[in-house]
Amino acid sequence: MAGESMRDVMIEARRPPNAHRGVVKWLQRNLFNGPINSVVSVITIGVLLWALWPFVQWALIQADWLGDSRQACSGEGACWVFISARFESIIYGFYPEAARWRVDIVFALMAGLLAWLAIPRIPGKRWAAIIAVIGFPIAAYVLLLGGHFGLMHVSTRNWGGLMLTLTVATIGIVGSLPIGIILALGRRSNMPLVRAVSVVFIEFWRGVPLITVLFMASVMLPLFVPTEVEFDKLLRALVGIMLFWSAYMAEVIRGGLQAIPSGQDEAGKALGLGYWHRMGLIVLPQALKLVIPGIVNTFIALFKDTSLVLIIGLFDLLAIIRAGLTDSDWLGFATEGYVFAALVFWVFCFSMSRYSQYIEKRLQTGHTN
Amino acid sequence: MSRSPSGDRVALWRNPTFRAYVLQGVLLAALAALIGFIVANTMANLEARGISTGFGFLDERAGFSIPQTLIEYSGDSTYGRTFVVGLLNTLLVSALGIVVATIIGFAVGIARLSSNWLLARLATAYVEIFRNIPLLVQILFWYFAVLQALPSPRQSLSLLEVIFINVRGLVIPDPQPLSGFAATPWALLVGLIAAIALGVYAKRRQARTGKALPIYWLGTGLIIGTPLLVFLLTGAPLEWSIPELTGFNFSGGVRILPELVALWLALSIYTAAFIAEIVRSGIQSVPGGQVEAANALSLPGGITLRKVVIPQAMRVIVPQLTSQYLNLIKNSSLATAIGYPDLVAVFSGTTLNQTGQAIEIVAMTMAVYLVISLVVSALMNVYNARTLLKER
Repeated sequence: MAGESMRDVMIEARRPPNAHRGVVKWLQRNLFNGPINSVVSVITIGVLLWALWPFVQWALIQADWLGDSRQACSGEGACWVFISARFESIIYGFYPEAARWRVDIVFALMAGLLAWLAIPRIPGKRWAAIIAVIGFPIAAYVLLLGGHFGLMHVSTRNWGGLMLTLTVATIGIVGSLPIGIILALGRRSNMPLVRAVSVVFIEFWRGVPLITVLFMASVMLPLFVPTEVEFDKLLRALVGIMLFWSAYMAEVIRGGLQAIPSGQDEAGKALGLGYWHRMGLIVLPQALKLVIPGIVNTFIALFKDTSLVLIIGLFDLLAIIRAGLTDSDWLGFATEGYVFAALVFWVFCFSMSRYSQYIEKRLQTGHTN
Repeated sequence: MSRSPSGDRVALWRNPTFRAYVLQGVLLAALAALIGFIVANTMANLEARGISTGFGFLDERAGFSIPQTLIEYSGDSTYGRTFVVGLLNTLLVSALGIVVATIIGFAVGIARLSSNWLLARLATAYVEIFRNIPLLVQILFWYFAVLQALPSPRQSLSLLEVIFINVRGLVIPDPQPLSGFAATPWALLVGLIAAIALGVYAKRRQARTGKALPIYWLGTGLIIGTPLLVFLLTGAPLEWSIPELTGFNFSGGVRILPELVALWLALSIYTAAFIAEIVRSGIQSVPGGQVEAANALSLPGGITLRKVVIPQAMRVIVPQLTSQYLNLIKNSSLATAIGYPDLVAVFSGTTLNQTGQAIEIVAMTMAVYLVISLVVSALMNVYNARTLLKER
């Protein structure tokens, strides 16, 4: 009897009724479900067409793409020749042409390491981290600055463009993270002096704008060291950026430390572990994992703020483009220049923020305590 | 000498208290050495360069003019006056930016939660675009690519022939108070106090009798109505100076610097993207059960929103909102990139270049921002303590 009342094959799912599928239904449900929504949709579409269409026309349809001089610009739309003509300097700044392969190698190394660190499926994260923190900086220093192993010395005065932006961002990130960890631990220490010093340090840097910090680094730092010490302009900016962002990093990490139940630390104590063992092996690994999204967000803010170095006279990506705008052969291309700069920064920051959201989702699926 | 729990004597360097003292002693000594090193070097360097220290320069004649001053200022004014002018300009652009950023931010944040797919996506696009582009790029874009591309005064774009915008800035009508106008601000103050008193009374009355007064309408009426009534009774003593094109420029009206417009726009649009995210997460942080409970009590939609959702959302929103306001104030220092005469531009820029008093000037500038930050943080802590969830 069982054979008659039970099927051994699934009935194929029926298609939803026609009134519940398709573009029309979707539109009805999401854009025109009620009079107010319909009005809002129509207005939004109108605004989009009014604002976006001229931009698309300017930036893509009527734009000039090919050529190598101003004559290539028809003047109807954007003239991207302005960017392509100075693309080399936007990437490398004033780095001597003969040595640009060194920058390329550093870029490639960085991309490879980032992929290794960022893609969860690739194994050996510990090695990647060790190489990123110790090996890569040494390699980048030797390759970019030169002066050893028969490489031509390239002064930091000639650094510029995207290469300088990435250098400042990388050193800022790599430098501010360890200082931030120390400060966060210091702020939670039960030694009053250590805590006080950390609190004052953190609140001071968080209370002032980065621009005044850069001013301080460029005009006050040289006064603080003996006269005979020559302080590179880039190095001064880096010191300022690192100190400034380490304070923000410390607050992010402190949030993570606070989220770890004190039982974890107490269990470590019960096992007879010392302070650094407890922090390094038990508390910090959990806390840092919790605040990866926050750390990435700080990185994004740091990356955006690298553009401020133009105010103290360094030629980062934005400053190079701005300098190009004052070239008498290329006057009047401010819109193209700044739109391009915005696009480059946007691509970097948006991908970082997407990555942070992805990590957040991944971590959420794990068990929580 | 301390002992371990088992009673054995423990070596001194294993005693945590002793180690804490040693560590802090070392830290103190290192700090003192660092500060001593810096002070000694600075003294030597200043002497070598022939720079005298001290704040005496604040009384010297500045000798440069500033395009926008909210108080009396000329080239003959002192550097101290320059400092005040710069500070006021910073506060002006910050206040303007905070107002507009809040309005755009709340609108976009609420739009992100809209059930209208297109509107929600548009709001998301706004947030993702503007918060991922450095503020400096946005400031330079508005200033050099948009405002500098505007027509000359003769071909100004105009709104209803009273507001004009051109390459030299925005020209708007200027209110000119006549005699007798002074009564209106006083009336506004009276109206405000009356509205607050009414609010307190209405609250007590509702607690006593359970009956609510239409407090929003009455309060708005008091605040707007009283000054309006006084204004009309005194014979409307206010004239508008409407800008008019005479020759190559405008006469009448107030001209707002293009630098201010660019900075204002960029700060508002950039900060609004962050405020929108805060508003969205604040509203989403209110558990759905709260609204359902209000519905179960058959509270009307407006009251549910005003008495249930908003107060709880605000507890999440306000602290983050304040830190965005602080960021905006600090970010206004980017003014120096386009030459808006804010504190950093006129003081850390021009004054520093003229006097060379690097330490005093950078310290004063930092102190201003630091004081603003610390005061606002302190107020925020008070607010947090007051709105903290009362738990048993």
